[in-house]
Amino acid sequence: MLHTYTLAALRDGLARGDFSSRELTQHFLNRINQYDGQLNSFITICDQQALQQADAADAARAKGTAHALAGIPLAQKDIFCTKGVKTTCASKMLDNFISPYNATVISNSEAAGLVMLGKTNMDEFAMGSSNETSFYGGVKNPWDLSKVPGGSSGGSAAAVAARLAPAATGTDTGGSIRQPAALCNLTGLKPTYGRVSRWGMIAFASSLDQAGPMTQTAEDAALLMNVMAGHDDKDSTSINTAAPDYTANLNNSLQGLRIGIPKQYFGEGLDADVEQVVRDALKELEKQGAILVDIDLPNTGLSVPAYYVIAPAEASSNLSRFDGVRYGYRCENPVDLTDLYKRSRGEGFGSEVKRRIMIGTYALSAGYYDAYYLQAQKIRRLIQQDFANAFAQCDVIAGPTSPTVAFGFGEKNANPIAMYLSDIYTIATNLAGLPAMSIPAGFSQNLPVGLQLIGNYWQEAQLLNVAHRYQQATLWHQELPELFK
Amino acid sequence: MALTLEDINKIAHLARLGLSDDEKNRYNDSLNNILGLIDELQAVNTAGIEPLAHSLDVTQPLRPDVVSEKNQREAYQHIAPATQDGLYLVPKVIE
Repeated sequence: MLHTYTLAALRDGLARGDFSSRELTQHFLNRINQYDGQLNSFITICDQQALQQADAADAARAKGTAHALAGIPLAQKDIFCTKGVKTTCASKMLDNFISPYNATVISNSEAAGLVMLGKTNMDEFAMGSSNETSFYGGVKNPWDLSKVPGGSSGGSAAAVAARLAPAATGTDTGGSIRQPAALCNLTGLKPTYGRVSRWGMIAFASSLDQAGPMTQTAEDAALLMNVMAGHDDKDSTSINTAAPDYTANLNNSLQGLRIGIPKQYFGEGLDADVEQVVRDALKELEKQGAILVDIDLPNTGLSVPAYYVIAPAEASSNLSRFDGVRYGYRCENPVDLTDLYKRSRGEGFGSEVKRRIMIGTYALSAGYYDAYYLQAQKIRRLIQQDFANAFAQCDVIAGPTSPTVAFGFGEKNANPIAMYLSDIYTIATNLAGLPAMSIPAGFSQNLPVGLQLIGNYWQEAQLLNVAHRYQQATLWHQELPELFK
Repeated sequence: MALTLEDINKIAHLARLGLSDDEKNRYNDSLNNILGLIDELQAVNTAGIEPLAHSLDVTQPLRPDVVSEKNQREAYQHIAPATQDGLYLVPKVIE
């Protein structure tokens, strides 16, 4: 069935003429129509535009001018500005925002002929780990509708897990690609900071945000990285070196690969079953010739508090642009400018967003900047140094992506800290700017478990190689949730 | 160091966030919880450590000071709540 095909298989099928892009796109639009009511993974479905894009791809293919991936449908996280299409960041603040331009990730996708099925649901302004904070309602995990899909890229994760789209884009600031990928049985990659352009990607924390692929396989992630990655003049933080072909080294042997196992990633708080699944996955890599090396990341425990100063501080600055003046939500009958600002923002933002703006504002305010923000940035350097020391002894670092499998709705809402601690394994890589991915490694309580792989700067191809070799020897990534087969 | 309602009012004003009394109380509690979490950072000795603002050792790229974008005021202002003569309208600022 078409919805079980990977991007690679779809590419080959389209090339052979087994099906047209129109048929393919219609198939996924039908599935979204049939199933998304149960999941709420899409905020906007672009049926008409998608079919037009599909027809254009079919025409190009007939002329022989199509990109290899042209005509393949893709879901885009609703954090990327899409010209002429509602772009909400899952917030009331942008419920009326029709973007006048395309993000670079979107224009790259269009140039490759990819078809945009729609914009996926997410935690509001990317702040969350469960997709419970969206203005448009929570997203359900296709593996168990009483559980969260993870966040903030929960909509993208649920859509691909249920095969309502063969792949999707996500963004990751503290784990928001990797954790939902782990909770939904997907392959999710957060590239090195600067690898993928952030232009047109609504900013949460500018020194941490990165866009990346969420796919069924590592090979598919490599195909999508070839579309997404690259220098962009319009993003001054995008690195000015060419991206490699991420598919070139997928099949390299893992013989002699040193995999660092941080003791801090296997301690208190990690669910025993999740640990067992991850250790079994590591044994599988050893069978292929990899060598496990014990390493130490001593400042791991400080990464959550450091992140929860830095990210909210940057967010408080980034979200100050939402003021009811030029676009987005404006309150009714403002009496003066201050009232305009306060009520537009007070009414337009949800409570988690306001909470983080408050923390960030406090951490940056006079008298507290040194004690909080500057101190957190110094600790950030210590965390970066930990990884540099570790990579002297190993090639990649491995461990669990999430301390638990998918949890129930409302379970972590009593105290925000419980939610924040679920990011313990993913956050440090954002602080250091390193690339990392999560891949399906097995199940616990019938829910997916993800293995996280962390690489050195610019080593996405190596991560994809390890993941691909693992997926050639295992079948976890091919499992489908019962309800959506 | 626990936050008081007065601190919450000050922070909300700096952030231009209009909050109800109920919200202020709830934020007072949750912010104090979060401060408990981040207070761990205070105990760490960071003497001599430079802050890390950006993970890569790069500098701001520059380009020639030549106009490269076209004027798209119409398209960008099309979605504004209120405009007039190419300007954005807001309630009176100066008394």
